[in-house]
Amino acid sequence: MFFELFFQYLVAGLTYGTIYAIVGIGFNIVYNTTGIINFAQGEFVMLGGMIAVSLHAFLPLGLAVAAAVLITMAIGALIEMLFIRWLVKPSVLRMIIITIGISILVREAALHLWGEGVRALPYFTGNEITALSLGGVRVSPQVLWTLGVCSIIVIVLNVFFQYTMLGREMRACASNRDAAALCGIPTRNMVTLSFALAAGIGALAGAVVSPITQTSYGIGTGLAIKGFTVAILGGLGNSMAAVAAGFLLGTLESFSIWVMPTAYKDAIAITILLAVLFVRPSGLFGNKEAFRLKEF
Amino acid sequence: MRIFKVLAVVVGCMALFAAPVVAAESIKIGALLAVTGPASFLGAPEAKTLEMLVTDVNAKGGIGGRKVELIVKDTQASPEKAVSFAKQLIDEDKVFAIIGPSTSGETMKVKDIAEQGKTILLSCAAAETIVNPLAKYVFKTPQKDSDAVVRIFQQMKKMGISKIAVLSSNTGFGNAGKQQLEKLAPEHGITIVVNEVYDKAATDLTAEVTKVKAANVQALVNWSIEPAQAIVVKNARQIGLTIPIFQSHGFGNISYCKLCGPAAEGVIFPAGRLLVADVLSPTNPQKKVLESYKKEYEAKYKEDVSTFGGHAYDAMMILEKAIKDAGPGADQEKVRAAIENIKGLVGTAGIFNFSPTDHNGLDANAFEMLTVRDGRFTEYVR
Repeated sequence: MFFELFFQYLVAGLTYGTIYAIVGIGFNIVYNTTGIINFAQGEFVMLGGMIAVSLHAFLPLGLAVAAAVLITMAIGALIEMLFIRWLVKPSVLRMIIITIGISILVREAALHLWGEGVRALPYFTGNEITALSLGGVRVSPQVLWTLGVCSIIVIVLNVFFQYTMLGREMRACASNRDAAALCGIPTRNMVTLSFALAAGIGALAGAVVSPITQTSYGIGTGLAIKGFTVAILGGLGNSMAAVAAGFLLGTLESFSIWVMPTAYKDAIAITILLAVLFVRPSGLFGNKEAFRLKEF
Repeated sequence: MRIFKVLAVVVGCMALFAAPVVAAESIKIGALLAVTGPASFLGAPEAKTLEMLVTDVNAKGGIGGRKVELIVKDTQASPEKAVSFAKQLIDEDKVFAIIGPSTSGETMKVKDIAEQGKTILLSCAAAETIVNPLAKYVFKTPQKDSDAVVRIFQQMKKMGISKIAVLSSNTGFGNAGKQQLEKLAPEHGITIVVNEVYDKAATDLTAEVTKVKAANVQALVNWSIEPAQAIVVKNARQIGLTIPIFQSHGFGNISYCKLCGPAAEGVIFPAGRLLVADVLSPTNPQKKVLESYKKEYEAKYKEDVSTFGGHAYDAMMILEKAIKDAGPGADQEKVRAAIENIKGLVGTAGIFNFSPTDHNGLDANAFEMLTVRDGRFTEYVR
C-alpha cells in the first residue's frame, strides 16, 4: 500500500510538473532572443486551447490542434509587429510592461469572443475516466500525451537553437543585438520569429493540457505564474532545465499534500523557489557566468 | 454572435443618450453580479434572467405603473469590486434595491454596506451566514447550505455511510459549506476523516484525491463552485476511486456535468427542482413556475437554464410582489417589511415563507437529491 501510494503521488506530481513545464518552456524562447520575459505567454496558452476547442467543432482533433497552433503563431507574430517591432532601442522594463498590457488586451478580447464559459478538448486517448494501470498506480493517458509532446518540444528546440543557422542567429540576438545586427542578422525578424515560435509552443501546450486543466478566457494567468516559476527555477533560457524544474516543483507539491494539508502546497513551492533563488540567482541549472552578463 | 451583442449594446447606449429623460418615476434596481470572472456561470445567467424579467415587466407597464430601470454592475466575483459597486449603487445611483451579489464571499462584504445604506439587498448566494445573524435589509433567495448538508447527510445515512472525506475550495462558498459539514456531521453520526481545502484556480487535483483514496473512506463530498469541481470528479475516477461522490448544490450546472463526461455518472447532489422541471410530477406546486421560466429563458438565450439564474428570478419575483403589496409610493422600509410578510410564494428554488426572523424563507424540502444518468440530471431514486 505504501509503495502504491508513493507512486500515485509521484504520478500526481508528474501531472502537475508536465503542465508547469510545457507552459514554462514558452517563456524561454522569447527570453532567448530578446532577453525579456513575455508576460503574455499565458494568453498564448489560453488562445491555443480556446481556438482548438472552437475548431474541433468541425475539424478532426489533430487538424484542429495544428490549425490552432498556426493561428496562434500568426497572432503572436502580429502582436510583435504591432506593439514591439517599431520600438527603437526599447528598455527591458518598457518591453515587460508592454507584454503585460498585451496579456490584458488578449484576455479581454477572448472574453468578448468566447464568453465566460469553461471548455475543454476531448481526451486524446480514451475519455474522462480512462486510466492506464501499472501495478495499482493509475495514470490518465492525457498525462502521457502531455509528457510526450513536452519531450518532443524540448528535443526539437534544443536541436533548433544549437544546430541550425536560424536558431543560432536567434541566440546571437539575445547575447548582443548590436553585434548580431553588424553580423548581418536581421534582428527585428528574429524577434518576430521568436514571438511566433513562443506563441506556437504556448498554443500547443494549451491544447494538450486542456482536457486535464479545462480552459476559459482567464486561465492563462494562473498557468503562466506556475510556468514562469519553473522557468526561473530551472534557469531562464534553458528548456531542459524548465522541464526538470517543473517535475521538481510538481512532485514537491504533490508530496507536500501527502504529509500536510493542501492549503500549504503553494507556500511550500514558493518557499523553495525563494530559497533556490537566494542561493543560486541564475536558477538551478542556469549558467552563473552567463547570468552576470544579462540585463534581466 | 458576440459581435452582434456588442453592437446591440453600442446602439442601445446611443439610443439611451438620444432618448429624452422620461424615466423620472422609474424604480431603480441595482444588480451586483459576477457576470465575468471565475464565478461567471453564476453571474451570467443571473444577469440574463434579470434583463429578461425587466423587459417583461416593463412591457406589461412596469410595477404598479412605474417602469423598472436595471443597473447591472459586473463584480467579476471580486469582493473589493462588489464593495465599491455597492457604494456606488447606493450613494450615486440611489437604487431602491440591490439584487446580488452572486457569491457568498462578496455578499458578506456588502452586507453591512446595504444595512447602513438602508437599501434592500436580495443576495443570490448560498451561505447561511448571509441571513444568520440576521440583518434587517438583507435577504437571500438560494436554499441554505446547511439544508444542503442536511439532505446529503440524510442520504448518507440511508446508504449506510459514516466515514467521509471532504474537499472544498478556498472561496466563501467552499468555506461556508466546509463549516456546515463540520458542524452538522456529529449529530448525523458522520466522521470526517479527510478534510482538505484546495485553491479555487486548481488545474489538477490528483494528489488530493489520492489522499482520499488512502484514507479508506466510504464517500467523498466536494464543496466548490469553480471549474475545479469537474476536475475533482475526473481525477477521482481516473485514479480508480469508486466510492460515491457527493457534490454541493453548486454542481447544478449542466456544463460542468458535460465537462466531466462519463466521470459524472452517479454523482449525487442536492439541488433545486429547476434542473428536473420536465420530469417533475404535474402535481408539484413548483412545476408551473419552473417550466415557464425554463421555456422563456431557453427560447430567448438558446442555452440551458441553470438554478443560479433561478435565484435572480426569485429575487425579482419577491421584490416585485413586495413593491406591489406595500402599495404605491411605499418607501424602502415599507417594502422591506412587505418582504417579511410574504408567505407561500412559489419560486424556482422552492416555496418562500418569509418572516421577521427568517430572511431566506426556504427549508430543507426546497432541495431534491439529484444524480447524473447518461449525462443528464435526474431525480435520485433511492
